[in-house]
Amino acid sequence: MFRNVAELVELAESEDIQISEVMIRQEMEVKQLTREQVVGQMEKNLDVMEKAIEDGLKGVKSHSGLTGGDAVLIQEYMKNHTPLSGNLLMDAVSKAVATNEVNAAMGTICATPTAGSAGCVPGTLFAVKNQLNPTREQMVRYLFTSGAFGFVVANNASISGAAGGCQAEVGSAAGMAAAAIVEMAGGTPSQSAEAMAITLKNMLGLICDPVAGLVEVPCVKRNAMGASNAITAADMALAGVTSRIPCDEVIDAMYKVGQRMPSAFRETAQGGLAATPTGRELEAKVYGISLEKE
Amino acid sequence: MKYRSVFDIIGPVMIGPSSSHTAGAARIGRAARHLFGREPKYAHVHLYGSFAKTYKGHGTDVAIIGGLLDYETDDTRISQALVTARKNGMKVRFHEEDAITDHPNTARLKIGDDDGELELVGISIGGGKAEITELNGFELNLSGEHPAILLIHNDRFGAIASSTTILAKHEINIGRMEVSRKAQGEQALMVIEVDQNVDDAVLNELERADHIIQVAKISE
Repeated sequence: MFRNVAELVELAESEDIQISEVMIRQEMEVKQLTREQVVGQMEKNLDVMEKAIEDGLKGVKSHSGLTGGDAVLIQEYMKNHTPLSGNLLMDAVSKAVATNEVNAAMGTICATPTAGSAGCVPGTLFAVKNQLNPTREQMVRYLFTSGAFGFVVANNASISGAAGGCQAEVGSAAGMAAAAIVEMAGGTPSQSAEAMAITLKNMLGLICDPVAGLVEVPCVKRNAMGASNAITAADMALAGVTSRIPCDEVIDAMYKVGQRMPSAFRETAQGGLAATPTGRELEAKVYGISLEKE
Repeated sequence: MKYRSVFDIIGPVMIGPSSSHTAGAARIGRAARHLFGREPKYAHVHLYGSFAKTYKGHGTDVAIIGGLLDYETDDTRISQALVTARKNGMKVRFHEEDAITDHPNTARLKIGDDDGELELVGISIGGGKAEITELNGFELNLSGEHPAILLIHNDRFGAIASSTTILAKHEINIGRMEVSRKAQGEQALMVIEVDQNVDDAVLNELERADHIIQVAKISE
């Protein structure tokens, strides 16, 4: 069983297999399941992700009214304009937003690794798909590669906003996505690790400050930026750019930053954007409390 | 290692928006439903801490009632659970409590009908995982990750032996076991976590065993 990214990359390169294959074999061994069972369960998760994006792109609205409809706006913009950041990037952004808008509207999603950060992995996958034309099997592999890197973060650091801030949720999700994009684009296991490291380095310190304590503002747009970050880092890694700080040390740094983060910035709605005048006004509106009473 | 499966990372499939406030809450409701054994006619739900402050926005209320209707975390009918419960004749009341609890996401459920009542305390510990910490006044520690059998029995010698003998006969392996009582010689609660789901036939046999008063189960 691999305990860190270095061991994961070593396992893949010494046996000349992909990261996704390492993850599939480990899952078969740990759970005593056949390859068909393991891959079959992941295919179901892929179907859920695809359906969530479809629903989000049709337009949804959350019960609080704080989020919804932005995925549609972005897709319409893409039809009438050439996005400055490119079609693939904005497509990923719209699909990450779509997923989290569906989540906020109490639709069905697959946590990757959490509900609040569920947009990064599927958002990038279904955008990159249009350029790389993967088979369904390669798309399932994308999820195993993401899962392998998330597995290391969850065991060696944290994937919980309450424990480590948004860097632990969207930061981890974006890093997982970057590593998976590299594999799908034909990069090496080491390049996947570099992409994960570059992504997570650039999300270090990100706090979890949800307005009114809801998984909406700023969570939906943080997934948009997580997806963008992942695609940019994947391209850099595929170009041969490496991280001066090894991936495992970046993960450890993220963990330590999270431990020293004040509780106001760890999913308590006490600090950051949640504590702004507008954040407080929205909170009062959502819960129907008069501000003067406080 | 805390996480052992790739599906802890890529999963679970669930109804949004929060793994702790929605999926975990639904699991608490569903555990209560399984322990009660049927759909209740009334439900008093007391919410504490973060649950009390944010339950409307997170859908914690519909998730708990959805659980009482035996919906899983990924059942899309959860969003309509309050309407369905009303249609089924279930009286539902929510109480926002100020008391400080050990865990920020705590719910106390009192459910029942003409034939019985059940009171349960559940906590949602994150990532969609929930634990039951109290049942009818008995303290316990039930993860809900494995199938479990709960037995209310007289606090007498032989009660444990007669139940475990029946499980052994049916080749059911016990993963974890816990016994608690309110006072010596009165009613006691036995919690047995097992490796596979248990047939109703086995439960009926347990119910007829010496000193056993009532049997309930939680399926996977």
